[in-house]
Amino acid sequence: MLMIDCPWCGARAELEFRHCGEAHLLRPADPATLSDAQWADYLAFRDNARGWARERWRHVHGCGRFFNALRHTQTDRFAATYKPGQAWPEPPA
Amino acid sequence: MSGFSAFRLLREALRGQSGWEPQWRAPAQPQAEYDVVIVGGGGHGLATAYYLAKEHRVGRIAVLEKGWIGGGNTGRNTTIIRSNYLFPESAALYDHAVQLWEGLSQELNYNVMFSPRGVLMLAHNVHDEQSFRRHVHANRLAGVDNEWLDAEACRAFCPPLDIHQQRYPVLGGALQRRGGVARHDAVAWGYARAASALGVDIIQNCEVTGITRGVDGGVTGLSTSRGEVRTRKVGVVAAGSTSLVMAMAGVRMPLESFPLQALVSEPVKPVFPCVVMSNTVHAYISQSDKGELVIGAGTDQYPSYSQAGGVQILSHTLEAICELFPMFRRMRMLRSWGGIVDTTTDRSPIIGLTPVPGLYVNCGWGTGGFKATPGSGHVFAATIARGEPHPIAAPFSLDRFVTGRLIDEAAAAAVAH
Repeated sequence: MLMIDCPWCGARAELEFRHCGEAHLLRPADPATLSDAQWADYLAFRDNARGWARERWRHVHGCGRFFNALRHTQTDRFAATYKPGQAWPEPPA
Repeated sequence: MSGFSAFRLLREALRGQSGWEPQWRAPAQPQAEYDVVIVGGGGHGLATAYYLAKEHRVGRIAVLEKGWIGGGNTGRNTTIIRSNYLFPESAALYDHAVQLWEGLSQELNYNVMFSPRGVLMLAHNVHDEQSFRRHVHANRLAGVDNEWLDAEACRAFCPPLDIHQQRYPVLGGALQRRGGVARHDAVAWGYARAASALGVDIIQNCEVTGITRGVDGGVTGLSTSRGEVRTRKVGVVAAGSTSLVMAMAGVRMPLESFPLQALVSEPVKPVFPCVVMSNTVHAYISQSDKGELVIGAGTDQYPSYSQAGGVQILSHTLEAICELFPMFRRMRMLRSWGGIVDTTTDRSPIIGLTPVPGLYVNCGWGTGGFKATPGSGHVFAATIARGEPHPIAAPFSLDRFVTGRLIDEAAAAAVAH
């Protein structure tokens, strides 16, 4: 089980959290102007990277707030968690 | 390669088992050029190569496998076979596979131990019951066997099941009698042996590191850890690693890769006559011919390539198993492991063409690909050979995510696949 550092509450067990997919995906401001392919890209197509990945989590059984994290998808190690709106940190070398 | 037969077993028994040969050729290096290269030596990839050689007479075929054949999800799943899916497209695809399973040992001259012992899916609440009855009706319309059993009939079919326990009361279940299990390793080895006999080169420990494309954008070859290979057709069948391989050709995929776990108990005498699945409490169980209980758990909540999942996922499943089958409470578990499953948003696979000419993909089988192995290979081989989707594969195209014609088994199956 992962230990996850909520930016507001501190380190808690993974059971308190919900993974919410890739982070920094912006909902298009005007969906009506998009092509079907652009809309599909927003809805379904993902990096699915092996390595450092930016992802969104929610502390559902805690403060209830969303935050972002930088996690390595092969070791499952977190490099950082940060509040929404903050720039993403550089991945460790 | 000589075939297996009762006569041959008897002869080898008298000769001290000295006459057996390797089951498939193992070239250390790929040749310089192939007509078709399959990336990924799991069951689906090997089946694809076999049907390409057998039914489509493609001359030079290679299967490139980064590790060893059948060492990925083919060797890590819980071997459940069934075809009672809700939508006609899915029922057609998975039942095509079940029909091939029924004759597969004869087809390959290799005992894949297909055992249609029945798959029972338990209903624990009114929603389950309504959903399963809908599945039963839909399956019958599609020509797929599936029947509703009340709770007593469930217990009669599976005596270890406690239908009166308080935690997860059993209201009934949907039973597909043609469903069952098979020996997963034998499926990979049987296809490898049969494909090799037809001239397919199976190259293990050969990682694909790049996909080269020509001026027209089409595939011209592959870079591998064992040298360059020229080819105009590539079939990617890389399960959890599909996004990574497709990225080499600049193609982004609608996939996320998650760890999925399974575990087995110590071996015991035959105690469990069928396969039982419970989507609601998330537990599947059967007994292998070796005697181990084979138990499937769920996926972790986050994408990962670690091939290991959280222990809380395993214990959650075991809690449910112990409630449903109290006789297993004192059994010891031998080992657990994880595989990386590539899931789509609609929990249906992707089989077909890609935006890159000559590049084909077969992926997105998520948590339930083993059951489809023969059918998947069969329709994917036809798709590669003809350059257009096989009719059964056509609805599972990559562009369904653009057109919106999803086959939403995710909503239909609630959890398990």
